[in-house]
Parts: sequence; structure tokens; C-alpha cells
Amino acid sequence: MAGRLDVRKTYKLYIGGAFPRSESGRSYAVADSRGRFLANASHASRKDARDAVVAARKAFDGWSGATAYNRGQVLYRVAELMEGRRDQFVEEVLAAEGGGRAKATAAVDAAIDRWVWYAGWTDKVAQVAGSANPVAGPYFNFSTPEPTGVVAALAPQSSSLLGLVSVVAPIVCVGNTVVVVTSADRPLPAVTLSEVLATSDVPGGVVNVLTGHAAELGPWLADHLDVNAIDLTGAAGDTDLAVDLEVRAAENTKRVLRSPAAEPDWTATPDGPRRILAFCETKTVWHPMGV
Amino acid sequence: MAVTTQVPDLVTPTWDYAPAPEARTLATIEASYDLFIGGDFVAPIDGRRFTTVDPSTGEPLAEVAEAGAADVDKAVRAARRAFIRWSKLPGAERGKYLFRIARLLQERSRELAVLESIDNGKPIRETRDVDLPLVAAHFFHHAGWADKLAWAGYGPDPQPLGVAGQIIPWNFPLLMLAWKIAPALACGNTVVLKPAETTPLTALAFADICRQAELPAGVVNIVTGAGETGRALVEHPGVDKVAFTGSTEVGRSIQRALAGTGKRLTLELGGKAANVIFDDAPVDQAIEGIVNGIFFNQGHVCCAGSRLLVQESVHDAVVARLKRRLRTLRLGDPLDKNTDIGAINSAEQLDRITALVDAGQAEGAVMWQPECRLPERGWWHAPTVFTGVAQSHRIAREEIFGPVVSVLTFRTPSEAVAKANNTPYGLSAGVWTEKGSRILWMAQRLRAGVVWANTFNRFDPASPFGGYKESGFGREGGRHGLAAYLRTGADA
Repeated sequence: MAGRLDVRKTYKLYIGGAFPRSESGRSYAVADSRGRFLANASHASRKDARDAVVAARKAFDGWSGATAYNRGQVLYRVAELMEGRRDQFVEEVLAAEGGGRAKATAAVDAAIDRWVWYAGWTDKVAQVAGSANPVAGPYFNFSTPEPTGVVAALAPQSSSLLGLVSVVAPIVCVGNTVVVVTSADRPLPAVTLSEVLATSDVPGGVVNVLTGHAAELGPWLADHLDVNAIDLTGAAGDTDLAVDLEVRAAENTKRVLRSPAAEPDWTATPDGPRRILAFCETKTVWHPMGV
Repeated sequence: MAVTTQVPDLVTPTWDYAPAPEARTLATIEASYDLFIGGDFVAPIDGRRFTTVDPSTGEPLAEVAEAGAADVDKAVRAARRAFIRWSKLPGAERGKYLFRIARLLQERSRELAVLESIDNGKPIRETRDVDLPLVAAHFFHHAGWADKLAWAGYGPDPQPLGVAGQIIPWNFPLLMLAWKIAPALACGNTVVLKPAETTPLTALAFADICRQAELPAGVVNIVTGAGETGRALVEHPGVDKVAFTGSTEVGRSIQRALAGTGKRLTLELGGKAANVIFDDAPVDQAIEGIVNGIFFNQGHVCCAGSRLLVQESVHDAVVARLKRRLRTLRLGDPLDKNTDIGAINSAEQLDRITALVDAGQAEGAVMWQPECRLPERGWWHAPTVFTGVAQSHRIAREEIFGPVVSVLTFRTPSEAVAKANNTPYGLSAGVWTEKGSRILWMAQRLRAGVVWANTFNRFDPASPFGGYKESGFGREGGRHGLAAYLRTGADA
């Protein structure tokens, strides 16, 4: 008796809460860690990147206006839903990255825990980074961290899921919205994460996921005048790309999180709220005191 | 026979004040100034000099050295040498140097205020009552940080970055110097600072204060010059961090130049602040706030409230009272203690203001100026109000950096927010209303680094200052400002 023929998934982009194919109609073949064909992924284009920025901007007011407590619960729920699909993530990370099941399992567990970690930061970062300032005069003066706006992020090239979560979670936890370009060669776990995000309570447009090439999409995002900041983590090791994107980012003085020399060890505990604060503005408000 | 006697009218105010000039002689101006490198005043290598002038008369004040690339190199090397010991000095000792500097600034504040007014053109009332007290306060505040950095929230062992290249504008010469040098030194960095080419004199006086404080040679270096000097400083490989205050255009070019170098950067750039007046605003205070917001320092303020957003129902009343108030402003000799509006800092700046004012008229906005006699010599611009301004007008979009306010209207709070945020800048904003909940609602939605509620243009060393969007990044002042001069965590 012949076995049942499996039903395979079509891997698409995730923009504004929907799963479109690339408007360019392009796709590219994704191989596993041993070079065998896994699936075709959508090959995102300039238009897709722009659509994603529009979706991210549209989602910004609602997401940044949500209470920090609410954002914390929403991000915790992402962890809950990932936990439910843990085996699927392990299979996909193993296929993409190789290195054995134990390592893949550890990466997935760490990715889930990272959402929990950043979920906990949402309602603490303003206390840690904010202040009441003792100015010399009859004024109440306070500073609070606020999200900078729409952030474009290049996800790490090696760590397909844990690295991507470690880049995206700190950006969105404080109220930013993000357009993230996945690892070019290992995009599939990110698409599955999109499915988790779509069925969690994260509003559409808060996280937009583009599968494709950082070198192709990065320049459009770095040039885009409605992008407030860019995270170049995924350009680690590609100095020419990183420098080009930094130069382009200057056109509207984007905040730039520079690329590290090499991809960091994502299993390490994050370095406090540094990645969150890289995408925060400090707002200071003055008000007179008197009767 | 009745004798008619002329009884002086003591009732009707005439606003005629007797001249009350501060003595120019309080400030000593040398004929020529050298560069301050490694603790000594040294002549520029290629001998080039430029002239700084008194903008209220156009008269030359002094010849100032123009630092070339070789001079900048010398200054950066001096700063690098000094860094070795300065960064190892116990924080408490560094702090004591800053306390000394703060005291010397207070002791010499009258002299410095006069010098600043002469070189910049701003009224003595502002240099004396605003600039100099804030300059000293900035050094006092940061002096105390020098031995407390481990408790600033940047990890247990934050480290200095190295040599900071700092470039400052001409609108608050000594205050911007303080904003740059005080935190850099407190955090253990050494600096090479370039003051603006039109206002170098107080920075050079500060160099003398460094000597009086016996600050170790090379910790502070002052290189005077224009754009080319600044470029040499930004691009020097021995500089670890660049801090720039000035135009967005130059800020962009610096950000481009630093791409891939790993040098740290903070930018404090232009602005086009909205000052939002609701129908329940305390009108008298609001009028003072509007005047302070845009006519303070001749409008040469990056956070100036240059877009006045007035709720439609009170537009006519607010504009009428604003005009009445502007008629009482006194424009003239910056050294006169009764002067409200001084000179425009340079001919170039006056040209820029004039071009935008012409554009405002050409685009159909209605211009109003109080009757105001401008002095014959020097560079001056009367306080100017534009009404009937549309968001598309250049005077509503571009930074004018002069005493020119554009009045726009709104109906609802949401419209006020939308219009206020409709700019690529995001440095500051103002809100005037008696309703507390509305202030906080507005403050939350205004995309600007500083929001003044029922006040405007307040500054304090403990209060972080800096912009959103194309007004730059990084903060100056308070705990937040230290981040610009420290290496922490994964950076270390």
C-alpha cells in the first residue's frame, strides 16, 4: 500500500497581517543544511518592502498607543503559541541549520523564552530608562523612552529563528513596528513564526516579514524616508553592504544599530535592555508648578 | 493773567528708555587669537586667519586662526596623549577640575556675557541671565557625575570612548560648548572642539579658563575655523566620537562620512517646532510663551516655536494680543540692558531669513511687522508674524532660524497633533491649555524630544535635550546625556 502523499506548505510573505506572495511573482529555492531542496520561498522585491513599510506605519499608532501591560501580554502569547508548535519549529530549524536535534531544540526553546523575556520588559523599560529630572526652577520635568517609529531590521543570516526573534522582539516590545528581512538561505522558520504572529494577538502590520536578500532589500529600506531606524545585525560580515546601508540611512538621519563584526551567540542572555533602547527616543516634558 | 505751565505727562506710557549699555570694556578682546592645542596657544601651521566681526555694527573684532588639517591632527594627537592619564584619573579628581571650571565661569560670567553679546549679537540680558548661568550649571551638574558613573545605569564599569571631536553652532556659543565639553570630560574623554567661525571668542576665553583651572594639557583643545576645519576633525581617524550641533544638512553629511568607521555619533540638528495654543490657554502667559518661543535669541534657536498653531476660535484674539506685545519689544544695541532683540549673527543668516520671508509673501501669507527702526549698521531683522499660512508654504516647512513666526490654525486636538507632527523635524513642541489631561494627551502624541507645556524654551543641565526624526539622535543633559560619551556592555 502506497503511503499518503503529504500536503506541502507554500511559504509566503507576511505584510500587514496578510500572507501575500511577492508582487514581483518571484520565488527562490530554499535548501536544507545539506543542500537538498526544501521549498520555494517568496523572493521579496522593492514593492514588497515599500508595502511592508506602509503597513508598519499604519500599525504604529495603535501598537505604540497600547498600554505596556497589554503589549507584554500580547508578546507572552506569542511565546505560548510557539510552545504549542515547538516540534514544528524544531524540525524547521534542524532542517535549516543542521547541527543536530539537541541544538535545534535548544534554539527553539531559547527563542520562546526570549519572547517571554522581552514581554516582561514592556512595562519596565520606562521605569529603568525614564526619570524625573530635578531642574533648577518651579517645573515638573520628566523623561520617558518612546518608540522611534518604523524600524527596518536585517535578521541574522545563521540563526534562522532565535536570531530573528532576538532582533524583532526588542524592537516591537517598546511599541515600534518592524519590517524584517529574514536570513536569505534559511527563511522558512521565520515564515512559520509569521503564522504564529498572525494567530496571536499581535496586530497586523506590527511585524512584517520579508523573505529574500538583505543586499537587495536593504538599500530600499535604508533609503526609505518613512523608516525611522535600521538594525544592520544581519549584515554581519558583509562590510560593503553595512557601509552602503549606513550611508543611505543618513538621508533622514535614521538611527542605526550597526552590524557586529560577526554574528553574536544568540543563546547568551541579552545584554539588558540595550537593544530595546537602541530603538527608543527620550521625550522630556516640562510643566510649571504653581498655584 | 493765567500762566500756562507745561506739566509732564506721567500717566501715558511712552516706552522710552534711557540707554543702559553694559560696559564693553568688561571684555578684553585681543587683536589676534591662536589655536588652543595641548595646553598652549599655538599659531596655525599655514598661518591662515579669518576675521570675526561684531554683528551689531559689522566692525571687525579680532583675527582668529583658521585650523588646517595639520593643526587638527596636532590637536587630536594632543587629546589622544592627554586621554591616557585623564581617563585613568579617579572620577572624583576629574570632577574637581570640572567644579573648578564651573567656579571660574561664575567668577568671570560678566566678562563672558559681554564678550558673547559682542561676538554673537544677542542681548546682554540673555547672555547674562540665561546663557552664562546655564553654562556654569552645566559644569556643576556634570562635575558631580564624574565619580558616580557606575550608578548611572549603564552597567557597573562604564568606560570613556576616547577623543571626542565636537562641532558647535553660533547661536549659543558658550552654552553649546558647555553641553559638549562638560559630559565628555566627566566621562573621562578628552576633546577637540571647533566653535562656529562667526563666534569663536568665548570658546577661546574658555581655553584661558582651562589654563586657570590647571586642567591637564590636551584634555581640552580648541580649533577655530569653518566647514573645512570641521570636516578635517570629523574625518580624522584618531577621533572616536563625533558630537555635532547644527543644520540637518551638515548632520547628514557627517553621518554619511562616519559610515563604516565605527565612530560613535550624536547629532542635534534643526527644528520646526509647533507651539499649540488651545482656546482655554492662559492667554497672557501664552503670549509671553509665544514671544519667548520664537523671538528669544532673535529666533536663532533650533527648538524655536516657529509654527504657531492656534485654535481657530481664538485665532484673532491671540494674534491681536501678540501684535500688541510685539510693539513693545525693543530692538537694538545688544549690550543695552533693555534690549529684547539683538542683531542677526551674520550677513549670510540675514540673507537666509530674508529669502524665506520673501517666499512667505510670494506664496500668499500675510506679513506683519511692528513699527521698528533698524540700526543703520550691522545685521538686523524686525520681529515678523505671518498669518494665513498653509502647511505647504515654505515658511511652515523650512527652518528659518530668525525672528519670524508662522501662524496656522486648527479646530480639534487631533488636527493639532497631525499638523504639529507634519514635519520631518522633531526637536521640540509647546502646548498651552489649562486642562491637565489634555496636556498629557498632547505630550504623549507630539513626536518631539522636548515638550514644553504652558512654558517654552526652558533648559536645564538635568533635563535631557535632543530630537526625534531629522532633528538628530542622542540626548544632551542629565543621566541620558552621559550615554553619548560612555562605552558600555557589549560595546566595551
